[in-house]
Amino acid sequence: MKDPVLVKESAVHPKKTSPVESSSTKDLNLVQAVNLGLRQEMQRDDRVIVLGEDVGVNGGVFRVTEGLQKEFGESRVVDTPLAELGIVGASIGLAMYGLRPVAEIQFDGFLPPIFDQIISHAGRMRSRSLGRFTVPMVVRSPHGGLVHAPEHHSESPEAYFAHTPGIKVVIPSNPYDAKGLIVSAIRDPDPVIFFEPKRIYRSVKAPVPQREYTVPIGQAQVVRPGKEVTLIAWGAMVHTCLQAAAYLSEEHVEVEVVDLRTLAPLDLETILESVSRTGRAVIAQEAPRTCSLGSEISALIHERALLKLQAPVVRVTGYDVPTPLYKLEKYYFPDVDRVVRGIRETLKF
Amino acid sequence: MERLEVLDCEGRCDPALKPQLRPDQIREIYRLMVTSRRFDEKAFRLQRQGRLGTYAPISGQEASQVAPPYCLQKSDWMVPTYRSAGAYYTRGVPFKNILIYWGGDARGARVAPDQRDLFPTICIATQIPFAVGLAWGAKLKAQKEKKTSEVVLCYFGDGATSKADFHEGLNFAGVFRLPIIFVCENNQWAISLPRSRQTAAPTFSQRAFSYGMEGIQVDGNDVFAVHRATQAAVERARAGKGPTLVECETYRLGDHTTADDASRYRSAEEVARWQKLDPIVRLKKYMLQERLWSEAEETKLSSEADLVVEAAVEEAEAFAAPNPVSFFDHTFAELPWNVLEQRKALEEYLKEKDSRKDTVILDKEGRFP
Repeated sequence: MKDPVLVKESAVHPKKTSPVESSSTKDLNLVQAVNLGLRQEMQRDDRVIVLGEDVGVNGGVFRVTEGLQKEFGESRVVDTPLAELGIVGASIGLAMYGLRPVAEIQFDGFLPPIFDQIISHAGRMRSRSLGRFTVPMVVRSPHGGLVHAPEHHSESPEAYFAHTPGIKVVIPSNPYDAKGLIVSAIRDPDPVIFFEPKRIYRSVKAPVPQREYTVPIGQAQVVRPGKEVTLIAWGAMVHTCLQAAAYLSEEHVEVEVVDLRTLAPLDLETILESVSRTGRAVIAQEAPRTCSLGSEISALIHERALLKLQAPVVRVTGYDVPTPLYKLEKYYFPDVDRVVRGIRETLKF
Repeated sequence: MERLEVLDCEGRCDPALKPQLRPDQIREIYRLMVTSRRFDEKAFRLQRQGRLGTYAPISGQEASQVAPPYCLQKSDWMVPTYRSAGAYYTRGVPFKNILIYWGGDARGARVAPDQRDLFPTICIATQIPFAVGLAWGAKLKAQKEKKTSEVVLCYFGDGATSKADFHEGLNFAGVFRLPIIFVCENNQWAISLPRSRQTAAPTFSQRAFSYGMEGIQVDGNDVFAVHRATQAAVERARAGKGPTLVECETYRLGDHTTADDASRYRSAEEVARWQKLDPIVRLKKYMLQERLWSEAEETKLSSEADLVVEAAVEEAEAFAAPNPVSFFDHTFAELPWNVLEQRKALEEYLKEKDSRKDTVILDKEGRFP
């Protein structure tokens, strides 16, 4: 993974001087990058509180909140009862009251109970109160498979959230973006679902500045330029796609890889600009195919860039079956080979 | 709130509460507990050796794992959690299946046609509402056939009581007076959260009152207390007298799962305190005092338990790998076009991949957690 130098940074005017702030840059993994982002926002803004199962004493099962309770105390880093609906419902109220809750849902497969609160309240609080009440809340959750986990620990539920009006959905693919996006998510005036691709929690390291910076919500990034095909992905799948692009490059097929970073709202401009140049698009995702993010992106490209296309958009996806137990997961999630095949399909058209 | 204790930690029995079990039944319960512990220890080692996936140990909870299913008949139902090796073994599910399941193969959780023990539920408390539905079905069947009812044994832990599923399920069971026994294995810890983070109430069992059902707390490391309370609950349920909540106060001696490190959040002194209350040790002391058991029998049982466990490991490890396309098969009774198309595509892809030399290697996989 190259240092993502293309990131546009927004000006940040901290309220308080942060003791951690310095101009240095450290190699961090994604766990450490989110941790640093959370810590700096908690130092900067005392309205930020972290709550969830095992986030305090234990520092989260993936250690993303490690050390935060020690630094900020039990009233700002709160171990809650085992109740996802309660965690998110209470976070909505905390946010309406004026705090900046960052709720952790321990695994993607434990997200379903929160839909009642997300759909019925978080996503419509602003509109139903005609702007009187808002929900500046972040819900963090791990995302995706290929970690040999038990059932319900390898899910990709982003489409349910992206489908819900009033909800923003973010997923970084590298430590730099992870820190910049968690800060943006916390500062955002509306509810943000923040997915963390667990397959690359620790396997991808990159230089992360210690100073404050943000990566804006709603901006995709071209992580590898190319001219024959646009390959669109998010989260851990970006790395699979970069490998596929490198593989095809040896055959002189130059693939442009777009890391969406934000899934709702989509950065339509970046997608259409790239596809208009290459004339071909492949979307790769871990999630099942039907009614997925890939379906939406494909529809948008066909609706708005049909005459630029030289082939129909191809989707390389998980299958329309429940995520299998881990012995078969490598057959379920698209690998480099399947992405390469998807690209060849558009080239052969 | 009523609390039931029969055996003290020296294995002395309350004379007013002599176990309602024959000596051979007591020996059988002991065998199930010892063999389950032996399996648990083996499963932990297998995971550490990279021969098993994530596993949730039961050590310390053998009394509440073995006694409740021991009260059931074959035609009754059991709806367990993911921490359930002892409960499954008591119901006759072989350890081999448990190893295959935690080895990442769905066939390990296949429920045999004559079996009414459900697969493990991973998402906390989510089994409670459908267990209630099973009990409702059993009640309707009993009414129709004018027979005594099958009963449902529904397991969950202390953490599960915090979820909406617990409330909605128990409320239905109370309102419809269903033949179900809710066994709450309160093992004091929901991963790193102590039971005090799950309720401000002094017990979990007292919540039964608010649902209009019977509730009792028992010393969950006392197999006779667990047996007495569950047996009474099963009889009530079978007789159409409604549900019971049985809180077994026990302790998870091991980590939450093999992916957890309990030393991060609880003291060695606390673990040592509970080790003294080990349910297996207490029952053995009782049996020795009552002359139901001898050290010679203990040695024999110990080697038999090893044989059972080793045979299960061998069978599980010899079990052939699943067919990659098998995960499509049971999506619906009749597979729709999209699933059929996708299955065909994977079949063709695998065939082609086998015949090619330039197959791109799979991505580096992550680590759990």
